[in-house]
Amino acid sequence: MTDMHQDTGLTGADAGAADAIDAGTADAFLSHDQSLRHAPGPYFGAYGGRWMPESLIAALDELQDTFEKAKADPEFTAQVAELNKNYAGRPSLLTEAARFAEHCGGVRVFLKREDLNHTGSHKINNVLGQALIAKRMGKTRVIAETGAGQHGVASATAAALLGLECVVYMGAEDTRRQALNVARMQLLGATVIPVTNGSQTLKDAINDALRDWVANVETTHYLLGTAAGAHPFPSMVRFFHEVIGDEAREQILEQTGRLPDAVCACVGGGSNAIGMFHGFLDDRGVALYGFEAGGDGVETGRHAATITLGRPGVLHGARSYLMQDEDGQTMESHSISAGLDYPGVGPEHAYLADIGRANYEPITDAEAMAAFKVLSQTEGIIPAIETAHALAGAMKVGQRLAADLGPGEKASDKIIVINLSGRGDKDVATAAGYFDLLPDDSVEQEIAQEGEQL
Amino acid sequence: MTPHSTDQQAAGAGVAAAAPSKAAAAIEKARREGRAALIGYLPAGFPDVQTTIDAGIAMAENGVDLIEIGIPYSDPVMDGHVIQEATVEALANGFTVPRIFDVVEGITRKTDAAVLVMTYWNPVMRMGVREFSERLAAAGGAGLITPDLIPDEATEWLEISEELGLDRVFLVAPSTSPQRMQNTVDASRGFVYAVSVMGVTGARTSVGAAARAVVDAAHHAGAERVCVGLGVSSSAQVREIGAYADGVIVGTALVAALRDGGVQAVAELTRELSTGTAKVSGGGTA
Repeated sequence: MTDMHQDTGLTGADAGAADAIDAGTADAFLSHDQSLRHAPGPYFGAYGGRWMPESLIAALDELQDTFEKAKADPEFTAQVAELNKNYAGRPSLLTEAARFAEHCGGVRVFLKREDLNHTGSHKINNVLGQALIAKRMGKTRVIAETGAGQHGVASATAAALLGLECVVYMGAEDTRRQALNVARMQLLGATVIPVTNGSQTLKDAINDALRDWVANVETTHYLLGTAAGAHPFPSMVRFFHEVIGDEAREQILEQTGRLPDAVCACVGGGSNAIGMFHGFLDDRGVALYGFEAGGDGVETGRHAATITLGRPGVLHGARSYLMQDEDGQTMESHSISAGLDYPGVGPEHAYLADIGRANYEPITDAEAMAAFKVLSQTEGIIPAIETAHALAGAMKVGQRLAADLGPGEKASDKIIVINLSGRGDKDVATAAGYFDLLPDDSVEQEIAQEGEQL
Repeated sequence: MTPHSTDQQAAGAGVAAAAPSKAAAAIEKARREGRAALIGYLPAGFPDVQTTIDAGIAMAENGVDLIEIGIPYSDPVMDGHVIQEATVEALANGFTVPRIFDVVEGITRKTDAAVLVMTYWNPVMRMGVREFSERLAAAGGAGLITPDLIPDEATEWLEISEELGLDRVFLVAPSTSPQRMQNTVDASRGFVYAVSVMGVTGARTSVGAAARAVVDAAHHAGAERVCVGLGVSSSAQVREIGAYADGVIVGTALVAALRDGGVQAVAELTRELSTGTAKVSGGGTA
């Protein structure tokens, strides 16, 4: 609760530019052979912890204990590896994107293809791991929250695979807008409960999932979808996503013989980014960039740029940056991307921001959609709109790298790795509506206006 | 986590350097009268600040020993529908956090009831724990009930509440381990809030056997005052719980009464509930 963090929160808008952040603290870590990797929690600097009702502490203790033992159990890690390989389709590819790179100042760009995983995004890594943990605890039921439906679909998938009952909480408004994702979860055998409390958004879906958990904790595991929440969730969700960065690091070394200059990812709660960053945390020469949803622009107040403009607070069990008003009430976030539309962020990101190890910048809806189109038309890959934020950010980073070359350096000497966290099939209606591609009288037009993400 | 057992015992004996515990005094007064204490909850600003003050005074005049005023919060994970709807309405009607001190002062000026504030932690953190605590003390408040703050995360609040003589009411639950029970009892000041069931607030026909086990465990860990909340809505339940607990907390039923029948209905329900507080067997339990 020091003033330092609040100041960082207030001046965060200026902290976007890499050189504006004092990297002294991160350097201090890295220059003394200390590692930032595998941070166990519960605290990440001043962030994290367990700001939770006492009723749930025993369940968090049980989860932590089970997770710690599982991590050390070769049988468990082999189980995870087997599912990753033969069910999710790992390792995901690392694809060089030469035509897209022309829009990034001419630096070399590589895409970590999480979009090629089963269910189409990185989310499968976490749900498989947590569903296995649930089984180890003897739980027969998992509950999950979802915004647009991606984590709900992934949870329903893992539950179906492992024979667990699955209940998904989803804002009532979202269940109407995302009717096809509701159907998808139901096809997978899950029950979807529309949440009518509060603002009826993702944060309220989390609130209702927590209420369910308090009442049913004996039989139920809360399969939280991002690297946020109370300990051990942030470090556990990161653990299951570390495979992204570990693979990417090995692949970039294999393909180029060196580490990248920068790694880019989008940040909502921050699970894909923390999984990707983790592989490179101790590589001092690799700059890490997280791109938050700038919505209509951070100056409009309609955004989800939590680290950029939020202030430290507690929500859903963790202390972290938070979009809140002067009374400490959680504010509504806004983004064209449902997956980034959350007023909080994982505590490890808050810490990495404060110590200057990672840089966080906002990307507006318009910038993201422009990058969405560029990648689709230069590489034949339609990205998720969430991922498009990372692509737009990488375009800026590449142009900065190209503008800042040393004597004798060429842009093509520089390398960026982008986490392509998900595919955009679900976003086709939104994108078609955004780019005005639908005839006025089409059913799809009507759906797109309501924000349906197919 | 440093247990504050020494201070807590001092507060219980009424010889603390800081102000004595107002919550403890109210519960001990009821005990001397052969009763369990009755604790009534209402959210601030529902439907407006003046009504909360009037309803609080009405509770005090009709048999409530301690009053618990909740701060409406955007993400109340421990509350069921009735209280959520009331707090959503309070916020929609323009309630802001600093007005909690007007409510506390409005009630303490007119009654002798101890007034505690029930709050999720972020609004306190946002204002600053010290500023919030000082303003609460100045308004005559007894202390805080903190549903999403466990002693493990409460270092700053432990220090400041000790300094200002404010009560720290932490929760214990049926799932609480013996070690956590000990730590929480040691960190508490005023009383310990025993959650009767694994669940959120809301009226229930029965609170079950779990409540008694939680109260017994808290007493066993050295708690002098243990009060039971969640699900209590009738004088029969008050009587049942009052037989083994030092106080009984009623929330949802009072909120529903205020919603449906105004301050008069709150007064009537309080009177009815208070008929259940007499200890059948007589004497205290601690």
